[in-house]
Amino acid sequence: MEKLPYQKPYIKKLHAGAMNKFGTRTGVQPVKSIDGVSVKSLIENYGSPVFVLSEKQIRRNYRAAYRAFSTRYPKVQFAWSYKTNYLNAVCQIFHQEGSWAEVVSGFEYRKALDNGVPGNKIIFNGPGKSADDLQLAIEHDSMIHIDHFDELTQLLNLSKNLSNKPRVAIRVNMDTGVYPLWDRFGFNYENGEAWSAINKIITSGSLQLVGLHCHIGTYMLSTDAYGIAANKLAQLAVSCQTQLNHKIEYLDLGGGFPSTNTLKGAYLPGNDTVPTVDDFAEVITSALLNFGFANDDLPLLILESGRVLIDDAGYLLGTVIANKRLANGKAATIVDFGVNILFTSFWYEHQVSPAQDFVAHNDNMVIYGPLCMNIDVVRESINLPALNPGDQLVVHKVGAYNMTQWMQFITLRPAVVLIDEKLRTHLIRKNETLEYTAEPELVPAHLNNSK
Amino acid sequence: MKLKSNIATSENGFIFNPATGDSFSGNGMAAQLLAAMKSGKTNAEIKQDILNRYDVSENQLDRDWDDWMLQLKEANLLEI
Repeated sequence: MEKLPYQKPYIKKLHAGAMNKFGTRTGVQPVKSIDGVSVKSLIENYGSPVFVLSEKQIRRNYRAAYRAFSTRYPKVQFAWSYKTNYLNAVCQIFHQEGSWAEVVSGFEYRKALDNGVPGNKIIFNGPGKSADDLQLAIEHDSMIHIDHFDELTQLLNLSKNLSNKPRVAIRVNMDTGVYPLWDRFGFNYENGEAWSAINKIITSGSLQLVGLHCHIGTYMLSTDAYGIAANKLAQLAVSCQTQLNHKIEYLDLGGGFPSTNTLKGAYLPGNDTVPTVDDFAEVITSALLNFGFANDDLPLLILESGRVLIDDAGYLLGTVIANKRLANGKAATIVDFGVNILFTSFWYEHQVSPAQDFVAHNDNMVIYGPLCMNIDVVRESINLPALNPGDQLVVHKVGAYNMTQWMQFITLRPAVVLIDEKLRTHLIRKNETLEYTAEPELVPAHLNNSK
Repeated sequence: MKLKSNIATSENGFIFNPATGDSFSGNGMAAQLLAAMKSGKTNAEIKQDILNRYDVSENQLDRDWDDWMLQLKEANLLEI
């Protein structure tokens, strides 16, 4: 006799009370494939856990964002924010699409050069550039965005006796109505520091002030703030023209556009609350177009978006290790990926989907990573169907920052796979091995007891 | 571990504890286990019956049985 299908027994307490006005639908659906490639085969071929990136989605995001700005403003340039995800394959996709590189360290700068980006298409931001870094950027004619007066002084020293003046911009911080103010980077607008830096650069005669830059925050949920920022930068540019007779070639509005991930503590999901790139484009371009630049004299608009262009193109696939029940009866699931590789789980309530069919019953549970550390909590509270050891999971929208901020801690960092537009899979970063982690280590002879 | 004697259960998995006023809903397997526990069968008999009729390994059932007991205990449905 054929046996009946088995279901794990469960009971659930019934609560009388007011209905939630948003309903009770949990919306959990199995996600069995990514861009048509089965989760099972990806884990079989590349191990678990494994990061997966969709080239199709990356290109779609870039083109949509570029379209949002370029249909509203005649001169637009994107520069890929390396720190968001600087895997070379990822950078090359953005460079193929026409992005310049936006880097914030000597390491990232050299990475961009190695990726074949011409020096004059690299924007060098950040507060921590060394003399060597600046020298390299000067030699390659990059746009150096100055963060503080000490950097300006250093650049003035380095540019003495040079026939070609280094191209520079200043980073400006300002009050855009969003608090806390990001005043740690750049020169302040309101107290006149920015204007004073501009004056110093122009009167020096040894640097070329080509642009003005701001980056007002991260995961910004207000479009108005960008309107204010665009106005203030435009005001500085016009003052340069009228008072110093110096033309500013570009305004760099930075990044900070949010992805649709749900921030921790948010009442509504990110999908419902986050402004679109079109909303930001409308505000920024309207501010610039209405500011009073002559039509044929509009500055180039540069955007340094990262997160919004790649977050939803990244997935983390993993496997359930075990289930347990906590002292208060709450269900807990232990998975094979922890916060060491999913750094963004500190900020977001990542959507997690089972990768196989499941029974209809959902339970509220906590998802723990495999680390023997109390902080290793991937989700504190999530409604998911009962999961069994060996079941596979998909974590959504993990393309931004995880593959740069991850760390080799307790476990090794996993492989990263790219699914191209023809649905072929490519290993773009191998999983780490013990040998890889041991390679830079040195053991003094008197402590060396290895075979 | 025995189910409290005053717990009311229905065939389709509804559970009521008249002492506390708490009510619960369970799936089909929960309803079967509750009925079997009320009928006075031993744990071993109940498990063997499930193994005979359902597509589940002994390991999995043992694991789920332990979890089932925790759920009943947490719901305050077991004799202390």
